[in-house]
Amino acid sequence: MSSVYESLVEIVGGEHVSTQAEELYIYSFDLGTTEPHRPDYAVAPRTTEEIQEILRLANREKVPVAPLGGGLSLAGLALPLKGGISLDLKRMDTILEVNEKSRYVVVECGVSQGQLTSYLERHHPTLMHSEPGAPPMATIAGNMAIHGQGDLAHPYGFNSDMVNGLEVVLPTGEVCRFGSCSVSTQWYTNHPLPDVGLFLGWAGTTGIITRVSMKLFPHKSIVGAGQFVVKDENLIPEIIHKITHTEMVHDLVAYSQAIPPFSSGLHHLTINLSADSEKELAFKMELIFDDTLGHYIRSGDGGYLGFNRGLQRPQVSKTSDWRKGGGFEYVGSIMPVETYPDCYRRGREISEKHGIPYTVLGRVIGMSHAMMFSWTYAFNRADPETMDQAREALHETDDLVLELDGAIWKPGTYGQKLVMERMDPNTLNLMKKVKQLLDPNGIMNPGNWEVS
Amino acid sequence: MFELKFDANICLSCGNCDCLTRCQYMDIDRETAKTEITKIASGEDSFVLHDCVTCYACEEYCPMGNHPFYLIVERQEELDIPPLPKPLIERGIQTGIPFRGEPEIFEAKEPALCMGVFSDLMYLIQGKLFDEFSVISEDPRKMFHYFCQLMYLHYARTSVIKERLPGIIETIAKHGAREIVFFHDECYGTYDSYCSAVGIEVPFKPVHLFEYLYNKLNELRDEIQPLNMKVAYQRPCSSRLSPDKHHFVRDIFDLIGAQSVDREYVDETALCCGGTIQGQRREGSRLRSADVQERNIEDMVNAGTEVCVFNCPACYNTMAGMVSRRGIRPVYMSDLCRLAIGEEPAGWR
Repeated sequence: MSSVYESLVEIVGGEHVSTQAEELYIYSFDLGTTEPHRPDYAVAPRTTEEIQEILRLANREKVPVAPLGGGLSLAGLALPLKGGISLDLKRMDTILEVNEKSRYVVVECGVSQGQLTSYLERHHPTLMHSEPGAPPMATIAGNMAIHGQGDLAHPYGFNSDMVNGLEVVLPTGEVCRFGSCSVSTQWYTNHPLPDVGLFLGWAGTTGIITRVSMKLFPHKSIVGAGQFVVKDENLIPEIIHKITHTEMVHDLVAYSQAIPPFSSGLHHLTINLSADSEKELAFKMELIFDDTLGHYIRSGDGGYLGFNRGLQRPQVSKTSDWRKGGGFEYVGSIMPVETYPDCYRRGREISEKHGIPYTVLGRVIGMSHAMMFSWTYAFNRADPETMDQAREALHETDDLVLELDGAIWKPGTYGQKLVMERMDPNTLNLMKKVKQLLDPNGIMNPGNWEVS
Repeated sequence: MFELKFDANICLSCGNCDCLTRCQYMDIDRETAKTEITKIASGEDSFVLHDCVTCYACEEYCPMGNHPFYLIVERQEELDIPPLPKPLIERGIQTGIPFRGEPEIFEAKEPALCMGVFSDLMYLIQGKLFDEFSVISEDPRKMFHYFCQLMYLHYARTSVIKERLPGIIETIAKHGAREIVFFHDECYGTYDSYCSAVGIEVPFKPVHLFEYLYNKLNELRDEIQPLNMKVAYQRPCSSRLSPDKHHFVRDIFDLIGAQSVDREYVDETALCCGGTIQGQRREGSRLRSADVQERNIEDMVNAGTEVCVFNCPACYNTMAGMVSRRGIRPVYMSDLCRLAIGEEPAGWR
């Protein structure tokens, strides 16, 4: 192993490789309930070329490589489950290009959501990207690798639907480019070339995304969030259907949680609007809150809580940290919108069974085409018993997602196993072939999506 | 249970029915007012119970102190005529539930000041005007133990107020202060007006913040530098429960050299911030609220207002952004007073 260490030092320099126990400790766990797994090496490359050399070395020596962005997946996806190299990509943090006219940005894989938001606000205030609910240190590329979504998911879909191009280092060290950048110097589209989408949603098991081109969207000068409250969870799907029909909303989230008490047993719809003038805002507010939702107000079934200008980003992760000890993990799922009532009721049952205050949330993706529904379980990091409770609740929720005909989003190893057991066998077989073709020695993020 | 001290005979013998004829949100003549208040007094339905925006103002308009507003909201609850959609009512009632531990009871030295449910606004009670205070409810995690509950008048849930308020009073009383300045005049109105109206005993003397500020500023008179600002006061609904203290607004302005602008919606004709109206169940409430806000702010602008002064955090949250977009600086009264004695309050931005 020492020869591996020396080779790594030669590739990235001694300052960016560590085998020190105290540093490896930091790379051994994430913020969720997954048991710690210590890497043998922590390595922080700066360039695509360095990553190529590292993967060639790892492939030759059959050393596992676990790519790490912000490390915020919570489900253990970036942990070195089988040791080897924890490949910390945060040094690759250059925003390479913003094209205002074609509305896209090209970033290195370590660029964070917060970094891009801040950069756009400062240099390109008329543009925005779809920022997920994760803390701002979450990376753009990491979010792509898990099919993440952000606060423009309602009009524009998954963040991985916003990819204009990718640069990827294969497990065997070759660099591939996909999209227009493979035939030109421009990164403006992912189409119309033959689709070889082998890297999005694979959680780093088929290669390392080193550069991403991502679509940007108009950022209007006035942004804000309205709140609408209902008691009956059965109303949520039809309300979402009506709101999305207006095509006026930037983000649409329904949530309910036991703590703080104001939300317990009630369902809040957060409805984000944006406008470039007071006239535009007034029109949109009237269309949404009076014309579309007025019926529920008059019947007494729903209430308009008000509209606040400005957006607090991120919102989602703030809802989870109410239990003493500061830990939480959630099961995310991609579900049909009409399952919201069942998701809420069954999730609440699981939480109450394990003595955990319930927290559920559904974010609309597309024009009500789907929602990301999450069940969050808080635990006390200093109390192993509460971590066990949360872990059991998470596993029961993975089972529930499949029972409700949903798809688990960014599953941990337990959920991945469930998905693969249920998956169409021909699809699973194709995944095996792809994996064997791209990663013959199985070095990429082993322990995850182990189809072989 | 606590009973509202309301005398129907007073209404029957009243010639003016100011409570309803002076309402700014319903157009009611004297004859109709008499009919409707009589129906309300006898427990019958009335359009007033459906159209009331719960601005509290009739509590001030009634020259007899017969508590018409408290009566209206009690009847709304009895007859199940909620002014807000029920999910908002449930949400509001649950908001007041403490969920982060028990309060720490300490012996409050006098003078004492209670932040009520606004512990996250501690930055507003800094400097010379406040440095002598022993502060009750300074921890946002525990502030719901000090929540006066009177907000539930807007929800037509006096039953919740009556159920919870004795416990709140007991908690405050455990701190041992005989006189307590209340940061928010809704708290003052609770302990001074509402408790008296329904027969809840209050073992301490509430002091209105503005009365305290006026007296304290007089002590510091030598340090006052006239502000020479044109100001408008956004009078909150709860101020209608203590009209005898409202003169301190002008008294303070005069003392610190702030010129109160000449405007239409002022004092007894002040308009509501709209925060409650916008969520009401009645058709068109959001637009009605927007209209009230527009008229209110337009009136401030036309009067040459430079600074809009607030007491109520709810009014501030609702209107501060709106007035600032019209070129008027929003500021809390406490911060305005600090400015006048040469301090630089955090809220002056």
